[in-house]
Amino acid sequence: MSTTLQIESFVTQVRRDILRMVHKVNSGHPGGSLGCTEFISVLFQNIMERKPGFEMNGVDEDLFFLSNGHISPVFYSVLARSGYFPVEELNTFRLINSRLQGHPTTHEGLPGVRIASGSLGQGMSVAIGSALAKKLNKDSHLVYSLHGDGELQEGQNWEAIMYASAKNVDNYIATIDVNGKQIDGTTDDVLHMGSLKDKFTSFGWDVLEISKGNDIEAIVEGINEAKSRTGKGKPICVLLYTEMGNGVDFMMHTHAWHGKAPSDDQLENALSQNPETLGDY
Amino acid sequence: MKKYTDTGKQDTRSGFGAGLTELGRTNPNVVALCADLIGSLKMEQFIAENPERFFQIGIAEANMMGIAAGLTIGGKIPFTGTFANFSTGRVYDQIRQSIAYSDKNVKICASHAGLTLGEDGATHQILEDIGLMKMLPGMVVINPCDFNQTKAATIAIADYEGPVYLRFGRPKVANFTPENGSFEIGKGIMLNEGTDVTLVATGHLVWEALLAAEVLESEGISAEVINIHTIKPLDEAIILKSVAKTGCLVSCEEHNHLGGLGESISRVLVKNTPVPQEFVATNDTFGESGTPAQLMKKYGLDSEAIQAAAKKVLVRK
Repeated sequence: MSTTLQIESFVTQVRRDILRMVHKVNSGHPGGSLGCTEFISVLFQNIMERKPGFEMNGVDEDLFFLSNGHISPVFYSVLARSGYFPVEELNTFRLINSRLQGHPTTHEGLPGVRIASGSLGQGMSVAIGSALAKKLNKDSHLVYSLHGDGELQEGQNWEAIMYASAKNVDNYIATIDVNGKQIDGTTDDVLHMGSLKDKFTSFGWDVLEISKGNDIEAIVEGINEAKSRTGKGKPICVLLYTEMGNGVDFMMHTHAWHGKAPSDDQLENALSQNPETLGDY
Repeated sequence: MKKYTDTGKQDTRSGFGAGLTELGRTNPNVVALCADLIGSLKMEQFIAENPERFFQIGIAEANMMGIAAGLTIGGKIPFTGTFANFSTGRVYDQIRQSIAYSDKNVKICASHAGLTLGEDGATHQILEDIGLMKMLPGMVVINPCDFNQTKAATIAIADYEGPVYLRFGRPKVANFTPENGSFEIGKGIMLNEGTDVTLVATGHLVWEALLAAEVLESEGISAEVINIHTIKPLDEAIILKSVAKTGCLVSCEEHNHLGGLGESISRVLVKNTPVPQEFVATNDTFGESGTPAQLMKKYGLDSEAIQAAAKKVLVRK
């Protein structure tokens, strides 16, 4: 288990990776990636019980599903730096003949990815399926998933949310990245969703909130609390309140960087705010 | 001509139910999911014998496809059950991304395909599903012809690693293939050898093609009849070998002529041996309410339609 200091250093390097990957190909989604960097880093470095190597079936280990696949840069960086594939491969992000497709896929055989995502709203169903398989296999490990808040506008989520509580899928922790932003603006402006807490609660989930969703200690504490509530008959929802573009001052407090790459000057500025820690790829 | 005997009319969906029941007894990794149509899909026996391996999803087909994909992660072999319409068009993107593109070992089992669903009408009578599913890279598409073959196909696909679309139907139809016969994915079956015209049929139309061949024989026309239960991958060799002899072909399917078996055959013919082809299929139309027999007659999918198509294609040789 990593210390807070170690994770901070890991997070800074992941931010650099995200910025450099997206800059190189002048495409990709840095905003949401940076907003979830602390969470995904903590999950892989501190929370999940993972087996060395990669087996698609993932028996006897915790599993993670990224439903909002457009934040692939953070996913790829954390996977590489958690040992799933060589960090040098981050250089191939979105290039032809790469395993690091624009959105994550199993099709190219990239270790660490268990399902394709990108077309939104599908990951929760898949995560639930894998949680059901764990129950059948008498495997007591947990399933985690991450979803965008805007992504909850897709109806399939609500089929899955209804199912998980009705069928007591209590070995499952779904985290919602509540950054309040989507491509066309704020989630309130695009399609106001009301209280997510009330919605999940009324659907029978056990809901907890991490108000400081970019604070490592708050995330560790929150997810450990979520873990302690598993196995009690209810699926767990974590509402993770994050800042899109976190760690790069000019990318924060705006939805402008949802799907836009920084220029050369902007990259230099952004990297200067996140000095190299574990070594660039 | 070779004689085939109807051993008693049964529905192909019951063949699926029987196959699933057998899999429940023989393969501990097989699990089943249903979206509120247990009775229609004949899943009761599997559920009674394996309650822990059955998942009632409710009326939420998109969620069902995703859960099925997830169950494969953990080594399960999920069989999803609902109507063909709700197994394909309704959940196309879920199948495309979470199953086909993700290479998941899900068996999409679809009942009530085509016009023979009958009185429920066009909202439920999908005639586009073969096209939708065959276009997905890596998807196997199977449309067995009777109870025995549907049972055999259901059992066979559990041993195949990869996504499969298994299409069957509602009405009781002739059961004439061997009981407990083997089923080889992608291998067409020569039902009757002939010299004048090749009839290639899938699903419910196979029996109609046999009936047509009998009548044609009485009129002095020798029809070769091939059962193509697997539309993808298509058994190109059996088709090419046959038209090398007959020089013309009629494709027969309970599906739109756009995107179905007939189009797959056309592609094979034009690339190898261009010969005249006629299509017994629906003509870019929706269905309507009626009995299965009425609908098959009205939309030109019965034995008489096949006979007429055979005569038409013969003069184009």
